[in-house]
Amino acid sequence: MIVTQATDWFDERLGIAKFTRKSLNKIFPDHWSFMLGEIAMYSFVILLFTGVFLTLFFVPSSKDVIYNGAYAPLRGTKVSEAFASTLNISFSVRAGLVMRQMHHWAANVFIAAIVVHVCRVFFTGAFRKPREINWLVGTGLLVLAIVNGFLGYSLPDDLISGTGIRIAFSIVLSVPVVGSYLAFLLFGGNFPGNSIIPRFYSLHILIIPALIVGLLSAHLAIMWHQKHTQFKGKGKTDRNVVGVAMWPAYAFQAGGFFFVTAAVIAILGGLVQINPIWLYGQYVPYRVSYAVQPDWYMGWLDGALRLMPSWEIQAFGHMIPNVFFPAVLLPGITFTLLGAWPFIEKKITKDNLEHNLLDNPRDVPWRTSLGVGILAFYVVLFFASSTDVLANSFSLSLNFVLWAFRILLFVVPPAAAYIAYKLSVEASEVPGIGRRKRALIISRSEEGAFSTSESAPRSISHEEVIEELPEEVKYHNVLDGTEEYVMPSAVSAVSTVINNVSVDVDLGPLPSGGTGVYQIPRSPRGSAPNGRSNEQEQQGDLDD
Amino acid sequence: MTQLHESAAVDAAPKGKGAEVFVGICFLLSVLATIGLAVTYWVGGQPQVEGILLFVTLGGIGIGMVAWGKYLVPQGPFVQEREVLKSEIVERQAMLASLDRGQKQLGRRSFLGKMLGASIGLFGAINLFPFLRSLGPVPKKALTTTPWKKDALIVGPDGRVVTTSTLEVGGVLTVFPSYDVGGAISQTILVRVANENWTTRPGRETWGPQGYLAFSKICTHAGCPVGLYQELTQQLLCPCHQSLFDVLTGATQVFGPAPRPLPQLPIYFDANGNLRAQSGYLEPVGPGYWERG
Ligand code: HEM
Ligand code: FES
Repeated sequence: MIVTQATDWFDERLGIAKFTRKSLNKIFPDHWSFMLGEIAMYSFVILLFTGVFLTLFFVPSSKDVIYNGAYAPLRGTKVSEAFASTLNISFSVRAGLVMRQMHHWAANVFIAAIVVHVCRVFFTGAFRKPREINWLVGTGLLVLAIVNGFLGYSLPDDLISGTGIRIAFSIVLSVPVVGSYLAFLLFGGNFPGNSIIPRFYSLHILIIPALIVGLLSAHLAIMWHQKHTQFKGKGKTDRNVVGVAMWPAYAFQAGGFFFVTAAVIAILGGLVQINPIWLYGQYVPYRVSYAVQPDWYMGWLDGALRLMPSWEIQAFGHMIPNVFFPAVLLPGITFTLLGAWPFIEKKITKDNLEHNLLDNPRDVPWRTSLGVGILAFYVVLFFASSTDVLANSFSLSLNFVLWAFRILLFVVPPAAAYIAYKLSVEASEVPGIGRRKRALIISRSEEGAFSTSESAPRSISHEEVIEELPEEVKYHNVLDGTEEYVMPSAVSAVSTVINNVSVDVDLGPLPSGGTGVYQIPRSPRGSAPNGRSNEQEQQGDLDD
Repeated sequence: MTQLHESAAVDAAPKGKGAEVFVGICFLLSVLATIGLAVTYWVGGQPQVEGILLFVTLGGIGIGMVAWGKYLVPQGPFVQEREVLKSEIVERQAMLASLDRGQKQLGRRSFLGKMLGASIGLFGAINLFPFLRSLGPVPKKALTTTPWKKDALIVGPDGRVVTTSTLEVGGVLTVFPSYDVGGAISQTILVRVANENWTTRPGRETWGPQGYLAFSKICTHAGCPVGLYQELTQQLLCPCHQSLFDVLTGATQVFGPAPRPLPQLPIYFDANGNLRAQSGYLEPVGPGYWERG
């Protein structure tokens, strides 16, 4: 049989059987919030697919050409090759616009998923020992994703992204001591020059994605090795994992979920226009673009640039420019604190224990409220990136909107933190909150009046309290002989010896054997056989 | 099948026929949509149709697989013990011992070790040249000067010379020196505020002939082109972060994050009535940087 032959071939060369079996039997805990990281990963795969397609047509050059393509309104105008080739992808390459819009949407989904994923990890305390390394790796991934998004956004050389590059140049320029050198080396001279597009291109399609692939692999390998965290619940302890098996349930669910993510990105790419650069036009350094707005993940930086008072420091013949504070210092502090958080928390809690059970956010009010407060800070900054739009659409003065945001920036976070704290404390004191709700019965009297009454409370039974598995529930190790094997003769014929060995190896004493799959019966089966017997039922399967 | 079946995980198919039919329909829809995609592509492609069909194609596979994984195979819950991550103490000690042994074996030749360090370090340092220094010129004077020179002829974006009658009062135009039309650094915004000479600040008595005033168009905040002129308030607005500059007082910043006024270019009309620069900008244009002081 092909599969046997193939596995034999590989096993004799790589010895894959044990690792593969362990992997197939790996248990994954199940919770919707664990899919956030998956969405990020799948979006990245989609970025790779669509990105490779784009590279086949995109020309990373700022050389001027006269546009002569399919988009009539711009015909005869002077544009760069980058801009012209992006128009070409959008209007002439078959399936090009869908691919391009999917690429852009996938980038937005990618970064959004990472951000929400980070929140999940933060609020549940999943970053605690032993997972600090993966938190650091994840912080790196977030930064790289944002940077690559900005680089990609810049490639088409349109008026809006070009203005963004101009701001980026000024930000690099503002770095104390080395800023002007850094900016000139990065951009190949003074702004704008001709090197930006080609350089951003090799960073965008090669260097940063390679780094992301590297870090992502490390992220997954570490997660695989350390095993997933899980929420508290029936039968779940710090020393076990309760959930579905990798093969086939998890593999099918996760594999299917990749396609679902792809489907959502595809319909966004097909139906929801994004970055219509033909409406913005070619970047020209002196041309003014209205309503300059970056992709959403840069919004907080844009907001910070707007809210910063017009200060700059001049002393001893040197200058620390205004943009340094909101655009270099703020992100620097942001990502440093983010990366350092597990270590900061350890300093505060003095907790050096291994944690595999997640916190329910309401059970750790101080962390939850801190997180909410910090998030609120960035949310205010994000909205501050549309001061002009808000002022226009509500006919307010810019001055009013600006000052409102400056005040909100310092008022909203503590308020949000306070509310989060109160809610957490209150919620964790209410017995049964977040568990089953009591139904409300609406009844109508003879006269037609409605009245409501609550259904009888479910007695808070022991099954709703987190507890160890009851003593009488036995684990049934399928491999320890209490459950029968169904083994095709094709395998047994070739591998009696191997089988014996593997049985010997895998039969560690319960429950520390670690490699077996146990099943918790849905109903306690007190009478389940517990004796060890090595009888193996063999089943013929000779149809090869 | 040649896998080792573990019977406990094979037994019940949790949901029977209904789920099977559902999964089958999902996959069928996917196949149909893929055929539709092929047809769409064949006839020339249409973004919206492609998006919808891709959605059905991928969604069919995805939802079918998820449903299969959720309703047609056992869900447990299964439990698995976690392995202890940290090694036995003896393992750790053995590792340290190995490390130590190797280090001792190396240690006898500490001079060679230093040589090795020096050669690798030096090679690393020399790499800064191709990977850093080759990337571009160092700034030198590029940030402190602009292409504007004394007597430069001032022209619009289309290369047309600016004369006394080019702008009405309240008019605005982006201008360049005639030898650098479109230049990102020399871009200058010309506004006409009055009919008589205008002095924005003491010492600039001759800079505003016949009410023409010229300011660097590069925002002192983050470098965007400051191109929106509000005639009513005689203010220049930067579209990026809404800094406002008051033209009459020399483009001083009155609102927003811009920390400095826009530098003013001294200009004059020559004997033929063409606008020219008296000199280049007297201060660096654009956003700040360390050496600016
Ligand atoms: C790490 C994740 C990535 C992110 C966040 C990202 C993001 C973006 C964004 C936002 C754009 C602008 C698209 C537009 O025009 O609207 C873009 C363009 C582009 N990306 Fe990516 N991208 C990523 C990975 C890749 C990879 C791996 C490749 C190639 C192997 C690639 C190739 C391209 C090309 C060629 C363009 C320019 C084409 C165009 O603008 O139409 N990208 N990217
Ligand atoms: S660049 Fe002009 S206000 Fe920021």
